[in-house]
Amino acid sequence: MSAAVQAKAASRLLLSGNEAIARGVWEAGCKVAAAYPGTPSTEILENVALYPDLYAEWSVNEKVSMEVAIGASMSGARAFCAMKHVGMNVASDAFMTQTLAGVVGGLVVAVADDVGLSSSQNEQDSRFWGRFAHVPVLEPADSQEAYDMVKLAFDLSENFNTPVILRLTTRVCHVKAMVTVGERDPRAISGFKLDSKRWVMTPANAKGMLPKQMEREGKLRAAAENSPLNVIDDGSDRRIGFVTSGPAFMHLKESFPEAPVLKLGFTYPVPIEKIRAFQASVGTLVVAEETEPLIENELKAAGLTNVHGKDILPRLGELTPNILIPAIFAFRGETPPPATTYPKIDPFPRPPTMCPACPHMGVYYTLSRLRKRVQISGDIGCYTLGAGHPWNALDSTISMGASMGIALGMDKARSEETKDKAVVAVIGDSTFLHMGMQGLLDIVYNKGNVTALILDNRTTGMTGGQNHAGTGKALDGGEAPRVDFVKLVEALGVKPERVRKVNPYQLPVLFKAIREEIEQHEPSVIITDQPCVLSEFYEKFKPYKVVDQDCTGCGNCINVGCPAITVSRSESKTRPDGKVNELKFTTIDTAMCTGCHMCVESCGPKAIVPAVPVLVQ
Amino acid sequence: MNNDVITNILVCGIGGQGVMTAAEILAQTAIAKGYDVKKSEVAGMAQRGGVVTSHVRFGKKVWSPVITPGTADILVGFEVAEGSRWADMLRPGGVAMVNTIRLTPPVVSIGLFKYPDDPVAQMRAAGVTVYDFDAGAIARELGDLKLVNTIMLGAIADYLPFPAADLEEQIIGRFRARKPAMVEANQKAFEMGRAAAERAASALGKAANG
Repeated sequence: MSAAVQAKAASRLLLSGNEAIARGVWEAGCKVAAAYPGTPSTEILENVALYPDLYAEWSVNEKVSMEVAIGASMSGARAFCAMKHVGMNVASDAFMTQTLAGVVGGLVVAVADDVGLSSSQNEQDSRFWGRFAHVPVLEPADSQEAYDMVKLAFDLSENFNTPVILRLTTRVCHVKAMVTVGERDPRAISGFKLDSKRWVMTPANAKGMLPKQMEREGKLRAAAENSPLNVIDDGSDRRIGFVTSGPAFMHLKESFPEAPVLKLGFTYPVPIEKIRAFQASVGTLVVAEETEPLIENELKAAGLTNVHGKDILPRLGELTPNILIPAIFAFRGETPPPATTYPKIDPFPRPPTMCPACPHMGVYYTLSRLRKRVQISGDIGCYTLGAGHPWNALDSTISMGASMGIALGMDKARSEETKDKAVVAVIGDSTFLHMGMQGLLDIVYNKGNVTALILDNRTTGMTGGQNHAGTGKALDGGEAPRVDFVKLVEALGVKPERVRKVNPYQLPVLFKAIREEIEQHEPSVIITDQPCVLSEFYEKFKPYKVVDQDCTGCGNCINVGCPAITVSRSESKTRPDGKVNELKFTTIDTAMCTGCHMCVESCGPKAIVPAVPVLVQ
Repeated sequence: MNNDVITNILVCGIGGQGVMTAAEILAQTAIAKGYDVKKSEVAGMAQRGGVVTSHVRFGKKVWSPVITPGTADILVGFEVAEGSRWADMLRPGGVAMVNTIRLTPPVVSIGLFKYPDDPVAQMRAAGVTVYDFDAGAIARELGDLKLVNTIMLGAIADYLPFPAADLEEQIIGRFRARKPAMVEANQKAFEMGRAAAERAASALGKAANG
């Protein structure tokens, strides 16, 4: 258990931003918290769930988590939801109207941007949502601020009758820094009060609220101008004054400790007058923001001149010292100090791989054997790695759940060249429940010719193994109803004879199932049913080894893609017809091997045998 | 405590090797010594066999959570090619403490890339001070491969701005609370890591500056 959960008030601890936010949420008297996992935000709810006297859940997707939080807020409870940046796209439908209706219990939405793209499909700036939805945005720069600001956000939400966005980045979520914690402020739930003019968003009711929303934004603007979260950190080198927010502040202080900095924590509405006054006290104003030029553009629109930002700083990625220092030196017309002493050594890439014995490997090995006959629409999860070596068996990935709709679109837009190819959609269990179900229903309804592979490994794998509606367990690990995927897809209209459940370690069975289903001309579903090797459900067996004298060097086992199998030696062999064969003789790392048997199934000469000698009776 | 000096330690390796734990222990030791501490990690998809780094920074007041390239005092490499990958993060005179284990990724296995013959030699050719030894061999000698973590921490113990005993106490304290049976093995591992580093340093004619 995180030390933060047991920490008494006034304790000082090393906490990640995510752990600090969880503590702040609990201290603020929040009663209902919901999320769908997503890097870098996942650990927020995992930690919130450790605290007593509040309800926390994994929702099936971000939109539902937002709705759960909205319902709780309407009912007078302090409510919270957390998501990664792309999750906010999903949740935004509910959010964009909630901002009109406002809150009863404080409603805080933590949105974590993956600045630098360590684990996402895009890099988007969630501060836009503040402008789009007319709600305030708070931006912490480290763990202490994350803790402080989430508490302030609940007060702000109630005082201004608005949801509040707490905008985070990876460098807040996943950096550990010192935090002094406080006490919980226990709050009662006032209960849902009937008020249809407010809660039923018919056009007439919504129309009445639009002017109030504008009025509220004006008040928020004044609050931002006077907020103690927007402070000047003065400096003696007045040539450049920086306006900044989030972790970029820390990088600026590191890089230019003598420069005056206006550090914004309450960043939308932008405190333009405060910045105007600050500009008058410095030589040149530079806005350092991650990632889009939002503050910069608003300053320019407000008539400020001699404002610099994205003309000298990159628009993508983090503004770390190694980026800031050369850019600012160049801007000042000076030669930057040499960055590094030693040259860069770049040995080889080490991309993420599937784990030894991962059940997904069987699916991609099989698809790679059928490569010329299939077009493969993929999705978001560990199984996105099927796009890589050695399988190269995934042709598109756009967003959560998109494999289904995209497969249908591919099916409906065939050329002469692709008219005979089977279209396959590959999706994980958690992702299917998140947003894939609707796509499959659309395939059925619109008579698509798609084979959907649902890789049910009984966890949300890529984010570290979270429970979901298909695992039989809740966020707190307690028992929960478990969705039956076979019944679910049949209920969506897939014919029972077109639904199969297959063990992906049995390669010949899996191969036969996929080959037969792709030959059908109607929707079909193959569900693989073996658990993630990192989950509690996975059972380890005794390891295998390669008998060297029996290995023919065919390389089939390498194509399974298991990281426990490595090439021990390579040979070029000229065949009688003059063609050169590259032979790869292999070995198995018995410490990594879990005895899943998949490579054994791929080995023609039966050179893979149990590593532990079997006693003969 | 010197007010202006920040100690920067970069720990690197591969997902599952214990990089995060080693960094956490360093951070907790620095906290116990009264420093301000920040620890940054790039995990993301690293759980799936990818590159993992953790930046540990401590001093009177730490601003940025990331180590600026060219300013790391110590590089702890849990794997030899990973050590070479981050060697340019070191400041002039910084020390790379590297475990010589070679872990081959699938892209090398299938022949798309070549694993360098001697990453330590490459680092030395680049001018980096490298102390290398086989931490796995020591761990095997002690009977538990999990001890690599403690061995690597022992190896850098004499290069830190506080006594080696403080780091050792932090490690041993964790085991005393959770796995008392492992206390003795970890004490041995820590001392053998220290000794291995000293041997590696004296082989190069250099002594610890701690």
